[in-house]
Amino acid sequence: MKIFKHTLKVCLALFSIALNAQQTPAPIQSESILITGATAHIGNGEIIENSAIGFADGKINFVGTAGSADKSAYSKVIAAEGKHVYPGFIALNTTLGLVEIDAVKATDDIDEVGAIIPNVRSLIAYNAESKVVETMRPNGVLMAQVAPRGSLITGTSSIVQLDAWNWEDAAIKTDDGIHMNWPSLYRRGRAWRGEDPGIKKNDEYESQIQKVKDFFAAAATYIKGDQSPRNLAYEAVQGLFDGTQKLYINAAQEKQLIDAMNFAKTIDGLKIVFIGGDGAVPVASQLRDNGIPVIVSRPHRIPSLEDMNVKEPYKLAGELVKEGVTVSIDVSGSMERMSTRNLPFYAGTFATYGMDKERALQMITLDAAKILGIDDFAGSLATGKDATLFICEGDALDMRSNQIPQAFIQGRDLSLETHQTTLWKRYSNKYAGQK
Amino acid sequence: MKFKRYLLALLCCGFIGYSQEYIPKNDGVSNSDHSYKAFTNARIIVSPGKIIEKGTLLIKDGVIIDAGTTVSIPENTLVTDLNGKSIYPSFIDLYTSFGMEEVKPVQGGGRSGTPQYDASREGYYWNDHILSDQKAIEHYSYDKGQAKQLVNAGFGIVNTHMNDGIMRGTSMLVALNSDGTDNERIISKSAAEHLSFSRSRTTRQSYPGSLMGAMALIRQVYFDAQWYADGGSKDKDLALEAVIANKSLPKIFEAGGKLNDLRADKIGDEFKLNYILKGGGDEFERIDEIVASNASYIIPVNFPDAYEVTDPYMAQLVSLEDMRMWNQAPENPAVLASHGVPFTLTTADLKKIADFKSNVQKAISYGLDEQKALEALTTTPAQLLGIADMAGSLKKGAWANFLITSGDIFDNSTTLFENWVQGKKYMISDMNAVDIRGTYDLKVGGTTYTLSITGEPGKPKSEIKQNDNKIASKLDYDGGWVNLFYTPESKGDTEFVRLTAPVTDASAFSGQGTLTDGATVNWSASQTAGPEEKSKKDSNTKPEVLPVTYPNKAFGVSNLPESQDVLFKNATVWTSEEDGILEGTDVLVKNGKIAAIGKNLSAGGAVIIDATGKHLTPGIIDEHSHIATAAVNEGGHNSSAEVTIEDVVDSEDSNIYRNLSGGVTTIQILHGSANPIGGRSALIKLKWGEDPEDLLVKDRPKFIKFALGENVKQSNWGAAETIRFPQTRMGVEQLFIDYFQRAKEYDAEWKAYNGLSKRQKEKATKPRVDIELQTLAEILNKERFISCHSYVQSEINMLMKVADQFNFNINTFTHILEGYKVADKMKEHGVGGSTFSDWWAYKYEVNDAIPYNAAIMHNAGITVAINSDDAEMSRRLNQEAGKTVKYGGVSEVEAMKMVTINPAKLLHIDDRTGSIKVGKDADLVLWSDNPLSIYAIADKTMIEGKVYYDYEQMQAMTKSISEERNKLINMMISAKNKGMKTQAPKGNEEPEFHCDTEIYQK
Repeated sequence: MKIFKHTLKVCLALFSIALNAQQTPAPIQSESILITGATAHIGNGEIIENSAIGFADGKINFVGTAGSADKSAYSKVIAAEGKHVYPGFIALNTTLGLVEIDAVKATDDIDEVGAIIPNVRSLIAYNAESKVVETMRPNGVLMAQVAPRGSLITGTSSIVQLDAWNWEDAAIKTDDGIHMNWPSLYRRGRAWRGEDPGIKKNDEYESQIQKVKDFFAAAATYIKGDQSPRNLAYEAVQGLFDGTQKLYINAAQEKQLIDAMNFAKTIDGLKIVFIGGDGAVPVASQLRDNGIPVIVSRPHRIPSLEDMNVKEPYKLAGELVKEGVTVSIDVSGSMERMSTRNLPFYAGTFATYGMDKERALQMITLDAAKILGIDDFAGSLATGKDATLFICEGDALDMRSNQIPQAFIQGRDLSLETHQTTLWKRYSNKYAGQK
Repeated sequence: MKFKRYLLALLCCGFIGYSQEYIPKNDGVSNSDHSYKAFTNARIIVSPGKIIEKGTLLIKDGVIIDAGTTVSIPENTLVTDLNGKSIYPSFIDLYTSFGMEEVKPVQGGGRSGTPQYDASREGYYWNDHILSDQKAIEHYSYDKGQAKQLVNAGFGIVNTHMNDGIMRGTSMLVALNSDGTDNERIISKSAAEHLSFSRSRTTRQSYPGSLMGAMALIRQVYFDAQWYADGGSKDKDLALEAVIANKSLPKIFEAGGKLNDLRADKIGDEFKLNYILKGGGDEFERIDEIVASNASYIIPVNFPDAYEVTDPYMAQLVSLEDMRMWNQAPENPAVLASHGVPFTLTTADLKKIADFKSNVQKAISYGLDEQKALEALTTTPAQLLGIADMAGSLKKGAWANFLITSGDIFDNSTTLFENWVQGKKYMISDMNAVDIRGTYDLKVGGTTYTLSITGEPGKPKSEIKQNDNKIASKLDYDGGWVNLFYTPESKGDTEFVRLTAPVTDASAFSGQGTLTDGATVNWSASQTAGPEEKSKKDSNTKPEVLPVTYPNKAFGVSNLPESQDVLFKNATVWTSEEDGILEGTDVLVKNGKIAAIGKNLSAGGAVIIDATGKHLTPGIIDEHSHIATAAVNEGGHNSSAEVTIEDVVDSEDSNIYRNLSGGVTTIQILHGSANPIGGRSALIKLKWGEDPEDLLVKDRPKFIKFALGENVKQSNWGAAETIRFPQTRMGVEQLFIDYFQRAKEYDAEWKAYNGLSKRQKEKATKPRVDIELQTLAEILNKERFISCHSYVQSEINMLMKVADQFNFNINTFTHILEGYKVADKMKEHGVGGSTFSDWWAYKYEVNDAIPYNAAIMHNAGITVAINSDDAEMSRRLNQEAGKTVKYGGVSEVEAMKMVTINPAKLLHIDDRTGSIKVGKDADLVLWSDNPLSIYAIADKTMIEGKVYYDYEQMQAMTKSISEERNKLINMMISAKNKGMKTQAPKGNEEPEFHCDTEIYQK
């Protein structure tokens, strides 16, 4: 019942601001703001009850208990008793802004021609005004890594905040990583060639790996030289050799993970991150010891094998975290862009099947920021970091209580309106008028 | 029917032996030979179980004259003393394409080519896949090579047909008498009528595009044939005429697997036809249902090879289901036999006919009774095709089709010497050849060796030892001559001693040879011991066969759950009734029903489940599912009201169990959205382990899927799909009006006819039965409800107006993503809405889909359900309902109703399920937490008082699955080490069906 009342309040609040709500990016925050009385979820596993979180000039300048905060230092105080404050959630390996409507090819900018195209950059195709992107904010998803899809080495990702006028405005870290799909152990039978359509061994696995190795060896050699004539693909991976970029490797099977780790060891200073990681549990200690994070496949999928525990996809993150691996959540899969707003519920599912709620939260806040290398300014409620955070009526990882009245990116007070809320109000008002 | 078979038998008999007498001969004198042949001293197996010891078989002119111990042998008889050898009737294979011309697949097609909706042929049925007029005889040419393989495997007669199409026309019976002529060999030019569920490869006509479409088509053909026979058609239809002409023939249906067997049998029952079912080898997995089909089966023996499991990453791909199939499939014939199912064995589906014998032996070693095996190859097939008087046994007057063997026909060490077909001898192995197997002292010049000869009598192998050291050797034995090579010690491997000798007696033989230096040498071999008696049961010890579960795969159950009286104690009960949520309440389940709800109920004899801190809800109902079905779309036509998902329910889909793990108990399996008028639904309860028929909800209301928008106008089907009507929303409306108008007229025609008196009916023409229009007429008569896939407001509005025009109501708009834009109109029409919680933006027409849709429609007074259309999402519909709390502020009680009582209302089953109310089915879920919460785990899922899913049990099963896998992997490795063949591991891709999934699945 309590929830219901809250809901009602939120609805009313939303209605009242409906008139001046726009999907326009919020202006720079001129006030200094203190949020008091809420339960603060720091993002590192800790909680502060009856907290105070202060920020000014886009940065957090106070994290503590309500009692210890100096309210007078702030031009605006938001009383949030009974509510919760969270650092903005970070979605990894998304395709947000790269496709607007799946079935309309004209809106699809996700997959460029070519097997090895690290020089292709997601950022410049990122549509900051996507109607899909704006639906992230009301669920607490405020930052995202945007990565291309494709065949072998698919391109360069960037990290964006989700309330921006254009892609330059959106970027919080440009060209953060190179993405690749580790060759598959399996392939589907080609029915049109008369083969059994089942899944069988990929006989080209080794030769495909060799192709990757050859590319990196050639790129390393090129970079050491005078780099003339220019080679865009080699140039694009320079950051992998000087440690300014990470290599994100999509790989699910244990053997792929082992082969990819062995490959990574051959390149000095190469930092890799796995995406997927179905078979990561048996190699968890190696991942931990080598500091290789895993962005695990989202839990909302059917077990990859018929014989698996029916809850297997729900358990993966918990099992890896237990082994000390740094873990975040991959949002890719079917209906991935529109479902990226369910990121908090993916974390909630992992919490249900094997970890503490705050630990689950850490996967999509501080640990996500660490993996991306943005934890110096994002990922948790800590002084000096960006004031990218939101207030929630209840537990944000649960759809029952993920009700967000207010959210901030770098201190800017966001509109939580969307194309969808506009339609909601338009038609609710229509029927209210009929009564 | 019996009479006709008898006639066939008579006709055939009449020609036996005389068929060539009237043919002019220009290459010599007539050389007629009507002498007798007698085989004496034989163990004659006249028919399975009827054995004559030391008997005589007398034949003449290709026919058996007599068989017995006191057969009088006329003067002009060529007598062969068989010295105790055995004579068996030769085998009959009912399922071959022997001598048939190759089916030439049509070129082109696929998504890139322009689709073909109309038939290629004129003068025949409107569907190219109905090749009922096809005659095997017109595609036949005797194939001596193939005949030899079959003869070597023991066959004398085969039934052969063109293996193409849904109705395949007639087969013919051919004797494998390669030295004869077709005049002698063709026993019958129309022996049986053949059918299957598979499309013809010779046409691209798009209908049927699914298993259920094939089933509907077969039914419609039967109705049309009846109507045609009654003179209903003014036009000529040669395919229907063939159906009518073939009516009395035996019917062989290639079903190809347990569930398809049952599907074919179901059609047979509807039209009072006893199909002989060509099975798939997995019948043991549903043996009770197979028994109940009362059908005869043709069973292949293509048992799977073990999987190559040495690479663990590849081995993990192989499912427990496939591993078990390797382990259990050889038991299939034994299980059929022990359950009294009549069946024949066939060489069909084998990679090599030569493997037939070893596979039958394998079946025997897995428990198939030898006599049953013999019946399956002789008397049973003969009876099924009505030729028992002429074939399948050695009774008087039958064809002299028999086998001469060294012993028991299925024994490992038995040699098949001769296969006689129509009185002509086909030698497989020379029975007069001396069996030289044994141990010998081999003397070559001054040297003595030990020679052992082993292996099969016709293909012996040698091993030579010199001073106890084995030396390289090779033996050939052909035409009574031995040729032996060997390399003496110290001669490396490039120099050989070559010996040769004729053999007339195995005890000693001698001859000449050439030494390594080219010198001639005399040699001799004298037997010191005869061949080793191989223990007959040596390789016949029955291997361990793991138990079958239902379904026979991971998480299958050995025993179906028992109904139990249960008392849930002290639960938070979400009633989905006016009572809302009741804290600290007990719910008593008795005899599968909810018996009482209240505080401190007494258990009586019921099992008490402590539900303190837990939540009890009604079972979740998914209004829109595509799991548990072998097909989703029949997109071959723009209307497919004739098809029904009930035909293709797949009780073996793992998603049933996975859905139970999310608290789902009842689903509507909907047809997809490939066409405006889709197919009929199946309403099932997820009783994991039961068979398809038992999954269906009893006394269920009738539903059909309609669809609107991008899918039906083929917007996203590729550039080639532009010719099917409709391609616009304007056309969709016209299509509905047209079909409903026709259905109205059809209904009126039938109502008028049914209203006639008996006498009037005799004079009147009976209208044609049209399954499609009949189904649509049910809608007009308010006997069938529409669940319509719908997106944008214009089309939603349109369909309600069409329904108004024809004076019925749309029952449910499913998906209904813009329902919120026309909620007032929907309310007025009285239609319900079943929607997604938050999907959108996957195609243009869902650009305005909003997660507040459910809330707005609910607020407008519409009955709203949250559905899945997705095997993954359906496991957490409780959470999807929870999202309506977030989006639009629906109360928790109302949110829960959206996945329980509301879909029950939309499906018209709210009188029995969907809420916790005394008297309703005990379809219940016990949750660890508030069921709308992400943190809730379904602890137990109960259907009609039986627990079909238990969280802890699932975890325990996961463990036992892994143990069983391990065991099977070890068994496969040891099979490989014993030299058995292996196959590369492969994974089954589980099909994931959505509305727009279009694949042909058999």
